[in-house]
Amino acid sequence: MSQAAIDSVGASRGSLKSYLTGFVLSLILTAIPFALVMSGGWSASATLAVIFIAGIVQILAHLHYFLHLDTSSTARWNIVALLFTLVIMVLFVGGTIWILFNLYHRMM
Amino acid sequence: MTTDALTIGAGRYEEVERHDTVVTQTFGFWLYLMSDLIIFATLFATYVVFSHSYAGGPTGKELFELPYVLGETFLLLFSSVTYGLVMLAVHNGMKKWVLIGLAVTFLLGLGFVSMEVIEFHKLIVQGHGPDVSAFLSSYFTLVGTHGTHVTFGLIWMAVMIGQVAVKGLTSPVQSRLMRLSMFWHFLDIVWIGIFSIVYLMGVM
Amino acid sequence: MFGKLSLSAIPYNEPITITAVAGAVLLGLVIMILITYYRKWTYLYKEWLTSLDHKKIGIMYIIIALVMLLRGFSDAILMRGQQAIAAGGALGYLSPDHFNQIFSAHGSIMIIFMAMPFLAGLMNIVVPQQIGARDVAFPFMNSLSLWLTAAGALLIMTSLGVGEFSKAGWSGYAPLSGIEFSPDVGVDYWIWALQIAGIGSTLTGINFIVTIMAMRAPGMTLMRLPLFVWTIFATMVLVVWAFPVLTAALAMLTLDRYLGLHFFTNTLGGNQMMYVNLFWTWAHPEVYILILPAFGVFSEVAATFSGKRLFGYRSMVWATAAITVLSFSVWMHHFFTMGASPNVNLFFGIATMLIAIPTGVKTFNWLFTMYRGRIRFDTPMYWTIGAIVTFAVGGTSGVLLAIPSANYVIHNSTFVIAHFHNTIIPGAVFGFFAGYYYWFPKAVGFRLKEDWGKRAFWCWLIGFLLAFVPLYVLGFMGMPRRMAFYANPAWHPYLLVAALGVAVISLGILFQVIQLLVSIRERRSLADPTGDPWDGRTLEWMTSSPPAVYNFAKIPVVDEIDAFMEMKEKGTAHSRPDKYNDIEMPKNAAHGLILGGLAFVLGFSLVWHVWWLAILAALGMLVTVIARSMDDDIHYVIPAAEVERIENERYRLLASVAK
Repeated sequence: MSQAAIDSVGASRGSLKSYLTGFVLSLILTAIPFALVMSGGWSASATLAVIFIAGIVQILAHLHYFLHLDTSSTARWNIVALLFTLVIMVLFVGGTIWILFNLYHRMM
Repeated sequence: MTTDALTIGAGRYEEVERHDTVVTQTFGFWLYLMSDLIIFATLFATYVVFSHSYAGGPTGKELFELPYVLGETFLLLFSSVTYGLVMLAVHNGMKKWVLIGLAVTFLLGLGFVSMEVIEFHKLIVQGHGPDVSAFLSSYFTLVGTHGTHVTFGLIWMAVMIGQVAVKGLTSPVQSRLMRLSMFWHFLDIVWIGIFSIVYLMGVM
Repeated sequence: MFGKLSLSAIPYNEPITITAVAGAVLLGLVIMILITYYRKWTYLYKEWLTSLDHKKIGIMYIIIALVMLLRGFSDAILMRGQQAIAAGGALGYLSPDHFNQIFSAHGSIMIIFMAMPFLAGLMNIVVPQQIGARDVAFPFMNSLSLWLTAAGALLIMTSLGVGEFSKAGWSGYAPLSGIEFSPDVGVDYWIWALQIAGIGSTLTGINFIVTIMAMRAPGMTLMRLPLFVWTIFATMVLVVWAFPVLTAALAMLTLDRYLGLHFFTNTLGGNQMMYVNLFWTWAHPEVYILILPAFGVFSEVAATFSGKRLFGYRSMVWATAAITVLSFSVWMHHFFTMGASPNVNLFFGIATMLIAIPTGVKTFNWLFTMYRGRIRFDTPMYWTIGAIVTFAVGGTSGVLLAIPSANYVIHNSTFVIAHFHNTIIPGAVFGFFAGYYYWFPKAVGFRLKEDWGKRAFWCWLIGFLLAFVPLYVLGFMGMPRRMAFYANPAWHPYLLVAALGVAVISLGILFQVIQLLVSIRERRSLADPTGDPWDGRTLEWMTSSPPAVYNFAKIPVVDEIDAFMEMKEKGTAHSRPDKYNDIEMPKNAAHGLILGGLAFVLGFSLVWHVWWLAILAALGMLVTVIARSMDDDIHYVIPAAEVERIENERYRLLASVAK
């Protein structure tokens, strides 16, 4: 069994610490929005903001602590691919929502 | 034709050829995950467009049970962590712990899928199936596609348990475990999107 | 037991269809008998069907493309013939139902099963060689992609003889493509053919991005890549990021049709405009997927046959990148008239016009490459120059269509048909033909006869102009597209000219077939012994024609753009290495072929609702994938001594030519 030249995403070594850190962060970032929505305490827009921010931060936590994504040279192309995907998603999902809601408002 | 043949020794050639199969396999799999992300983006966009197309039928607020979803979320999150531990065991060559970790992850994942199947079944039996409205169509499809991916992940995991048991932690086996790890974490990331946009926002 | 399938699925009572089916079946039988008679089944299986060699996979892709070109072109002949006759009360020989299936099949076949396999074939043969690699990153996946494409093609061909094809156009708009208005199997054939081939394409996309990123020869930095490799890279980026949208859109349509969901239905919240939006989100990048490889060919051919380095390399790379990114931002121009507000239309109109800029940059760079070059008018150059001149018109008609207010007048008219054929035929098809002529000797070891190639070119060019310029005029005269018959007699003369055009193109195709047969017969006199028949500039001309299975005995170190020309100028082009190494190559594998076959069975059984067969096929595919992954013995080694023997043979041949 050989340790092949492992030097890219998912393949770089996680440590127990990184997985546990990611785990705890994720627990917190899950609990907060759930608690907020289930209690109904805050205003709609504030709750929405928390859901979004918690979600994005948790995704980043997963990307870093579980998928070992960082700015090192080995993971660079993976980040480029991910950023490109994000750009396309914004164009596509944003454009779709813009177009369809525009059509909806003009026709309904 | 001006090809200059037979000049001996003047050209430069690569002396030692590199074989970084693992790197290419991992990068290739990452690209596949990017394409999968676009599939989910399409399903998310569709869900958002149809998020109020109830057609007189039930809304998310009426149907979704957050405590249940929280349970599913924890199952998937725990399984992500246990898979992380699997990868640590792989790097340390601890075959027994790899098998145990995979089995635990598998059970947690199976628990997630079972909960989802039960939820879907309940909704359908109550007459709130995907054929009731565009909203429900997009709900079932988005969440169901994620669940289908998880199911394929479970099948893959079962195969890997077999391969680790039979072949041990060979280089190809390690490479596959790595890709499965990427797949599994990716699915947890998509789930974050789902519980945020579908369930939490749906109930508000 | 057999779902919806019964003997009545065979179109006994449609003379044109049943004749075509009989002809195809007969031809298939003749080919199989010939293979059996010459005892070539083992050879075919071992050397081709189970090969993971990118060069052979590329050739098989091109064979698929050329066969499907003939099929798609037959559809064109039928349509032009019909429209030439069915004027002012006459109904022609095609019922509207049949006509609708024909234009749907024509578009689907030409785009997905002619153009896509053609570019996949060219890039498979060329790209690994141009970057100094031995194979692609994932040879098995390469084979899988090929056979999935073949499965999709077979599915669409089967629809001719068993059941029917979709009548909803290559675009499959809902609600027409939904189960309420197309309860027959036609749309299902279309869905599964596209879905299966689409998976194959996506896998190819991943394969070639990794290949180009990870397997370049030492010294070949990204800015030293041949332009063809850059355009393929951009194309593959488009594939990986756009095809998933099609996968999801078709899946949703499938759910509507099979399980009664309501994505795109008329009732219960469905929205057909969402289908249109999703379809074009994929389909617009798709047309750039078709054209960029052709642009790459033009860059290669212009440089080689002008004896000059490509002008403005950097700007070409940036233009390619700009086209790639921009092509994700313009899709709405396909449905300006669907009713969005002026602001929305304006955004997409401007974005669309912006794309003309990098395309213009490329066009001028080709012209500047030729300027003051020593131009050799071999066949690839004919196709290239003819393409650049004619494509420019098509691009310009696109800019006209990009203006929303103008679009309202000519949307859905034959002007649109003329525009996209004006870009696809002189752009993509001429580009692929140029590539075919250019790289044919590299792939098989002998050139194609020039005279027939030039005759074919003129027929295609003149035929194309005759067939499509009238359609521009007709568009302005108000003729809608996809009409089986029409009342306005003023349109008739133009459609007669168009029919003449298709006849001239037929002649061109005939000449190409003749050319192939004659060239095979005279292959010894047309042989390419050096591997460099055109005084090429890039690394693929360094290998023999055809190359050894490993392409390069030793991977060359690259110092510059146009690496091979640089070596020739320095006198190091074919220098013998001091020693050879063992070379590891992938073994053949049947799994790709099996998976393709099972994919066909899966698609067919889903079309006909034969659920037990579908489940079996799907399980079979799963088992095959697992079996492949269990196999650890997937490489074989060519010993250094064998490599040396092969290379010595080559050097002997080179020496005998040099004398």
